[in-house]
Amino acid sequence: MLTEQEKQEIEEELAHLPTRQAGCIDALKVVQKHRGWVSDEALDDLSPVLGMSPAEIDSVATFYNLIFRKPVGKHVILICDSISCWVMGEESILAYLQRKLGIKLGQTTADGMFTLIPTVCLGHCEQAPVMMMDGDIIGNLTEEKIDQILSGAR
Amino acid sequence: MEPILTRNIVKGNGPTMLEAYEANGGYSGFRKALTMAPEDILKIISDSKLRGRGGAGFPTGFKWSAVIPIEQSGLPRYFCCNFDEMEPGTFKDRYLVESDPHQLIEGMLIASYTCRCNIGYIFIRDEYRRPIKLLRKAIAEAAGKGYTGKNIQGSGWDYELYIHVSAGRYMCGEETGLLNALEGKRANPRSKPPYPQTSGLWGRPTVVQNVETLCCVPHIIERGAEWFVSLGKARDSGVKIYGASGRVNNPGCWELPMGTTMRELIEEHAGGMQKGYSYRAALTGGASTMFLDASQMDVPMDFDTLKALGLALGTGTAIVLDDKTCPVAMCRNLEMFYARESCGWCTPCREGLPWVEQILESIEQGHGAPGDIELLIDQAKYIGPNTYCALATGAMFPLESALTKFREDFDEHIRSHKCPYSEGRILNF
Repeated sequence: MLTEQEKQEIEEELAHLPTRQAGCIDALKVVQKHRGWVSDEALDDLSPVLGMSPAEIDSVATFYNLIFRKPVGKHVILICDSISCWVMGEESILAYLQRKLGIKLGQTTADGMFTLIPTVCLGHCEQAPVMMMDGDIIGNLTEEKIDQILSGAR
Repeated sequence: MEPILTRNIVKGNGPTMLEAYEANGGYSGFRKALTMAPEDILKIISDSKLRGRGGAGFPTGFKWSAVIPIEQSGLPRYFCCNFDEMEPGTFKDRYLVESDPHQLIEGMLIASYTCRCNIGYIFIRDEYRRPIKLLRKAIAEAAGKGYTGKNIQGSGWDYELYIHVSAGRYMCGEETGLLNALEGKRANPRSKPPYPQTSGLWGRPTVVQNVETLCCVPHIIERGAEWFVSLGKARDSGVKIYGASGRVNNPGCWELPMGTTMRELIEEHAGGMQKGYSYRAALTGGASTMFLDASQMDVPMDFDTLKALGLALGTGTAIVLDDKTCPVAMCRNLEMFYARESCGWCTPCREGLPWVEQILESIEQGHGAPGDIELLIDQAKYIGPNTYCALATGAMFPLESALTKFREDFDEHIRSHKCPYSEGRILNF
């Protein structure tokens, strides 16, 4: 069931839109903000609010890169693997991150602290290689910088 | 050069908000526009030869003139700003807005007034947290000043402006994919015609325009079409935000006359190549363009000049290929991007791009076979033109270009069963 808070935030998003369906992406984001990810149950919860079937909402949810249909860790690391970052050594940065966290792309650490996900160009190519953690852009990545960030987050 | 689009961007200063923006002449273009007939504004924009800065270079005046004339239905008409900026290697729109959000809003207001739209959406990617925050604040400031709302400045024109924060997908940057995303659907492309100007958002007349293009508009209205034309160095008019990333000393973006050369961009603005690296070629403007090689560095980079050479300006933010980076692996990375971001709507794109990626991967890993290159050439020929949108076409531009310009590198991989560049590099496949 949607909480009162979730309901209220979704209605705020829907207020200026001409159809309920138009708020689908916003509604998914509200749920993800509060629950960390979008479960099957969340799709059921949103169905009457948006006037869409759970399957229809799922077709939208699975289309967008930043809607998570699996549980994620406390911190989500999105590592850019597009061209400018790749030219600037993204592969070795990614290898270091995986070693350091002990996980592969798409996985979450056993303590539930970090999820590592590859992402497309983050639009900060002048700072390549770049990653995003919890909404913050972190550029000019080096192994030392990664050490700092990870220990700061733990 | 006198800064125009970047006149409110001062390094070390914070973002320019309403008070400072207006003190520097901001919104006078909008106030002037409100006293003019939309047809007269359209004429100025057409005469200025402004072309879309999102990559395709479509003439802006022509785009606006295709919006169907206002009818008496009273139903909404929409103006959408495309601030998705997910083209790899592109960060120019972010650069403009994260220091000067009001310039975009002013451009949006003039454009929407001209096209008689009453609702505007700025479609922005979720990763642009700072621009999102600034735009929200700037929109509230503009509303407080009476630049949006009912009967704006007594003109009789009503306008509301909203932000839609995307949930991330390259396809959202495609005009009709963006409209589907705004409607809360998967961002698949729509068949054209009908064009959005006739039937766009919720079936209503809609214009979709890139950030940088809109940022040019207030200046053109204030200073005239002739002035804007005179700014270009070669065949196209105006100024352009050019950029460079890769192994250059000073990656970034700069406002320069339209028609600036790659040599000037790399050597003067990007500070030259890093020590130990030399320039081999560059994708001129984002991933969906071709390689401009060392022999073409003195070509004026504008839409028409580059097109005549089989190149494309794209977004104007160059991605440099240096002499230590493998062009085959670079293509493999590019095609991985396209294969992943394909929305899957059209079969040639959905099935063809992962196939191309696999062929490139096997060549890069030393498992390439004779005939692979011919297969890639074939794919490039058939994937692109047989789809609804330009994603697959764009995906084939750098590949076809690399196959022509770096054919020897592809052959060498297949001949020697290894990548000649990969020594000491981690192959993270």
